[in-house]
Amino acid sequence: MQKRVKFGIGIGIIVISMASLAWLGYGESKTYYHTLAELDTLKGSERAQRMRIGGTVQAGSIHRLTGRVDFVLEGEGKTLPVSYVGSEPLPDTFVDKSQALIEGRTTGEGRFVAEHVQAKCASKYEAAPTGPGNTPTTAPASTTQRSSM
Amino acid sequence: MELFGSFALILAFVCALYAFCGGIAAIITRHPLLIKSARQAGIAVCWLIFTSTLSLVYLFFSDNYSVAYVVSHSNRDLSTFFKIAALWSGQEGSLLFWSFLLAIYVVSVLLTYRNKNGELMPYVSVILAGVQLFFLTISNFVASPFKALGVANSAGGFDFVARADGNGLNPVLQYPEMVIHPPNLYSGYTGFTIPFAFALAALLARYPGEKWIHLTRKWTMIAWCFQTIGILLGAHWAYAVLGWGGYWGWDPVENASLLPWLTGTAFLHSVMMQEKRGMMKVWNVWLVFLTFMLCILGTLLTRSGVVSSVHSFAQSSIGNWFVGFLCIVIGVCLAAYFKNKDYLKSENQLDSLASRESSFLFNNLVLLVACVAVLSGTLFPVFSEWFTGTRISVGAPFFNKVNIPLGLLLMFLTGVGPLLAWRKTSMESMKRNFRRPVVAGFLGAAVGFILGLREMFALICFSLCVFVAVTIVQEFYRGARVVRARSGASWLASCVDLTLRNTRRYGGYIVHLGMVMIFIGLAGQAFNKEVEKELPIGSTISVGKYQLLLQSMEQKQEKNYVAERMIVEVMKEGKPVMMLYPERRNFPANQESGTMVAIYSTLREDLYVVYAGMNPQNNLPTIHVFVNPLVKWVWWGGMVVVMGTIVALLPNRAAVVVLAPAEVPAVAKELTGMRPAQVTLREGHD
Repeated sequence: MQKRVKFGIGIGIIVISMASLAWLGYGESKTYYHTLAELDTLKGSERAQRMRIGGTVQAGSIHRLTGRVDFVLEGEGKTLPVSYVGSEPLPDTFVDKSQALIEGRTTGEGRFVAEHVQAKCASKYEAAPTGPGNTPTTAPASTTQRSSM
Repeated sequence: MELFGSFALILAFVCALYAFCGGIAAIITRHPLLIKSARQAGIAVCWLIFTSTLSLVYLFFSDNYSVAYVVSHSNRDLSTFFKIAALWSGQEGSLLFWSFLLAIYVVSVLLTYRNKNGELMPYVSVILAGVQLFFLTISNFVASPFKALGVANSAGGFDFVARADGNGLNPVLQYPEMVIHPPNLYSGYTGFTIPFAFALAALLARYPGEKWIHLTRKWTMIAWCFQTIGILLGAHWAYAVLGWGGYWGWDPVENASLLPWLTGTAFLHSVMMQEKRGMMKVWNVWLVFLTFMLCILGTLLTRSGVVSSVHSFAQSSIGNWFVGFLCIVIGVCLAAYFKNKDYLKSENQLDSLASRESSFLFNNLVLLVACVAVLSGTLFPVFSEWFTGTRISVGAPFFNKVNIPLGLLLMFLTGVGPLLAWRKTSMESMKRNFRRPVVAGFLGAAVGFILGLREMFALICFSLCVFVAVTIVQEFYRGARVVRARSGASWLASCVDLTLRNTRRYGGYIVHLGMVMIFIGLAGQAFNKEVEKELPIGSTISVGKYQLLLQSMEQKQEKNYVAERMIVEVMKEGKPVMMLYPERRNFPANQESGTMVAIYSTLREDLYVVYAGMNPQNNLPTIHVFVNPLVKWVWWGGMVVVMGTIVALLPNRAAVVVLAPAEVPAVAKELTGMRPAQVTLREGHD
């Protein structure tokens, strides 16, 4: 019986400490998914959360400035001005009218500050007259959403 | 040719159906002819899948742009080498490729054991045919790679269209690693089907003894080895192509490949407890089941984009099929387990905390906790949406917080485990075995601290790596000393001799040594540096000890793309070292571009240079420079792991009954005194 208690304590320590570390990591990195339309309906603390939003890059809206890239994300009849401030170069697929996922926080003035941008070039699939039922490939979307461990 | 291929595929489906249903009938009736015909059908399935895959390859080579899959993934200018890779660059092709690799394993198993293990093999064949049936259903009816290109006409019919050229292969995939990475990873994924089939078959057939473990050990190791190579090649590809300066980003697809590796590693260790002591039977069976399920889940995550393609990205219908299959697998495993639970009764109990068993137990616990953490983090968006209605994802801090301490604990156990005796280790033998490694570990930490290492985890990691490396060297030294005393050969020859006599044990140590090297490389990430800057031609940027001079820019037309590159001279402490040419490639076929990173790699550190594009406003090229210490250790460690696995797969040269000679009485005493009678010394990893 005593041996079982010893093992139980050992296992318990590992599991509990890992669970608490996981909880810490969760608090640090949790990101909410929202649509552009949902963004206006969020109130109070919800607006301050880290979030991830998908949409289309408005044609001609990309402006490369020193230290940041500004563009406008549109979708569901809404638009959102975005400043990308991440350190990684924007993915090659990030161009006008590409689908993009942005991750970051909103600022008071209604501008979104993104730290990560994922982009997938939509045109490639539209241009290809593939047969009906032929699903687009799931080749990895180019991404800046990476940080080393 | 596309008709031929799709006909072979449908015939394979029919044969698999027969192998499955006929196999079940054969198990019930035990009619020898029925058993034989089911097995032959199983073999026929494999040949038909080979035929079908080869005809798809032929379609790529013959530039047949009337087939939708070929159009989407190839073009005339694509080199032959990448046309092979195009086979698995999309969903339909990669699922066929899955079947192809599985068929290689299945046909090898069916042929190897055709006249052996008569009680077990019918069950194994049925389970394998069941898995093949699922993939053939998908390839035939859901995502056929042979679908002709066409458009719906006004009359509601279908007009075939052939195109002059294809859309080309995704540029990020046009890289040599992309040709060898997926086959390796998929060989890992599919390979775990074999131990799964044997474990389930043994449980269903109530096959006596631990024979299924001996039968599957080699297959498990082969699958594990491929999985390891696949993961590392994937990491290397991400490092060399994606241009973000790292090799592991906790991306869902990366995580998906890690999950079965974690449970597979746990399984490779915990089966030893079943072999030696008849313990952990339930655990082992479930580990194999879990590993297989995670392989299916991994394929699902990679192929369907359930997790990464959120909201705006297209979702694929294939996901539901995989979820359905996963449910069936779980159902069958649970049913088999509850029906024959008593078959898995443990023969022994844990004796002591300081024993080999307990180190395996904790090794398994750590690997499983890591697996649960990675799995829950990966699937978090899916589950949070189910339970709370909002989709929430977690990022790298979550994974790192949990997995770094777990990795360190695992490294510690890697050093401790092999030196502990089965059942119970005496205080005296612990002192004798651990004195040197512990001292070396602390010395390593002290040296690191003096040299200026202040990152806690990195310091602990280096110290543990020294500790583990010394335990391994000590084991080789002790064994070689015994061999040398008798043969008088050199130390090196004695080590080789020793390894070949007990390949499993010493191969295992080599694998551990490789893991030590990988951990050293991983710890190096704590000291990464990076700079990004717009750089006019003729000016210099410095990072760490390096100065980079941008000499000029150059544009070059290649067969399949236009390359734009920087010509950078690298100087270290003022002395010229070499030239680097980071480039961007623009592919006219699909109007995409790709990055080619230039890397100057030494054992000490990598200088990693990316041409991050031209600023359209002031026409200045942007350069992104990283200095990543010790990265090479990860790749070299991976090679050592693979070598060790190959050594462990070799048969032992001669039966080993090492009777300890007179000069090492301590070992002799331990051998006779400590070991229970039923422990044999034949081939174990002990």
